[in-house]
Amino acid sequence: MSGYDSALSIFSPDGHVFQVEYASEAVKRGTCAVGVKGKESVVLGCEKRTTLKLQDPRITPSKICKIDNHALLAFAGLNADARILVDKARVEAQSHRLTLEDAVSIEYLTKYVAGVQQKYTQSGGVRPFGIATIIAGFDSNDTVPRLYQTEPSGVYNAWKAHAIGRSSKTVREFLEKHYEEDLSDEQTIKLTIKSLLEVVQTGAKNIEVSVLKAGNVIQKLSVDEIKKYVDEIEAEKAAEAEKKKKPRD
Amino acid sequence: MNTIANKFTHANSSSVLNEINAVQSEFASGHQLELAPSIQVPPISQPTDFLRAHTDDASNPDCKIKIAHGTTTLAFRFKEGIVVAVDSRATAGNWIASQTVNKVIRINPFLLGTMAGGAADCQYWETWLGTQCRLHELREKERISVAAASKILGNLVYEYKGMGLSMGTMVCGYTKKEGPTIYYVDSDGTRLKGDIFCVGSGQTFAYGVLDSEYKWDLTVEEALYLGKRSILAATHRDAYSGGSINLYHVTETGWVYHGNHNVGDIFWDIKEKEQSFNNVDG
Repeated sequence: MSGYDSALSIFSPDGHVFQVEYASEAVKRGTCAVGVKGKESVVLGCEKRTTLKLQDPRITPSKICKIDNHALLAFAGLNADARILVDKARVEAQSHRLTLEDAVSIEYLTKYVAGVQQKYTQSGGVRPFGIATIIAGFDSNDTVPRLYQTEPSGVYNAWKAHAIGRSSKTVREFLEKHYEEDLSDEQTIKLTIKSLLEVVQTGAKNIEVSVLKAGNVIQKLSVDEIKKYVDEIEAEKAAEAEKKKKPRD
Repeated sequence: MNTIANKFTHANSSSVLNEINAVQSEFASGHQLELAPSIQVPPISQPTDFLRAHTDDASNPDCKIKIAHGTTTLAFRFKEGIVVAVDSRATAGNWIASQTVNKVIRINPFLLGTMAGGAADCQYWETWLGTQCRLHELREKERISVAAASKILGNLVYEYKGMGLSMGTMVCGYTKKEGPTIYYVDSDGTRLKGDIFCVGSGQTFAYGVLDSEYKWDLTVEEALYLGKRSILAATHRDAYSGGSINLYHVTETGWVYHGNHNVGDIFWDIKEKEQSFNNVDG
């Protein structure tokens, strides 16, 4: 096995391209990111690493990046790789506006990002991007929420709700259990935060949330707003626990 | 030809090697001056002057290479959609090369392109445009907008600006997003959206008739007649326009062909019916 994993441009005898699979390992070590579709909104949530003492949290770049007025991208994995990919996506979004006189559709954008990631799995002298992305938004003049995910291999999928990065399996299982169709904006935000709380133990200050709605509406929730939801969720959890205890006596 | 055209065959198809090499050479050479791209040019000191000296009939009537030219084409928007009318004569200097040229290209059931200027340039690049529109449809699972289609052609000819392309075209079509739309695109790189355009050596004659009778509220029948009558006026006075008239009507369900009308025949019909062209002896 060890002979087939150092170069990108070769298959192993059993059909693996190991470098691409190792890139996915890098993704699994990145901070968690979640996306949930509601009836009229898409919500993106990210785990924020605890800021070290002298770090300036106000201007440290966030993990949710604006690609264009109607599209956001959240990622998990190597932050530096993400920076490059986000920039390529931004350039492509503007290039599309210039040549086609229209904004990119979310699927087009996803296809492009996935295409770039795939390019870097099939050439010499480069390594794949060590990130998976969640791309969310609305197409122009459309009210249908869109949520897509790409991975280092260049595969992309559409999702109703999805999580990537650290402990994403736990979050995904939680989402599978609790996701419903046509959630209201409030319910979608709450579900996103609730699912993130499964892995982020330290609460509101380590979560960031952005809400997208049709018509280029992008709203970043403040720490206080997030805290409000967290408190609500904790209160509900406590109430549930109480109810479970009662019948015993 | 292909290196320039390839630039506009959609971002997705740019070669892997270019991308990787660009990344690597950025590290090697430091600053990449993207504002000054280079294109393939013939190895002559002044290609545009060379071309003008050898092919431009106006500046040098004794030139040996005669490019096929001469046309009247028009398109106008009105309440019921778009009417497109073109003549069918091709001339090379004083020689009438053909009386039966097809100057409208059917890009797809909802998009038409007209051709005026150099026949070869128009035919080649508008067929190429049709290819790009089809690729767009396959990739995006959606028909291309008239704005995007006209921009593909406009950007392409701009790459060749100054190198002697001669094209005056109108990209006409209907999409749900835009409604009926006409874009005028020429080989200078001009690209204009508009309601009425006449293009070609006979355009002024066509404008004369079209402008005086045009109304937004024309019926389909009146509009088709107006288009035909405007081209007829141009074929009558412009030596480089003639042959027959091809008529199209673009609606929300696509374009409809309204026949080929030989100028030699309909001239006499219209002269009698309208009691016009009275200086011509019947």
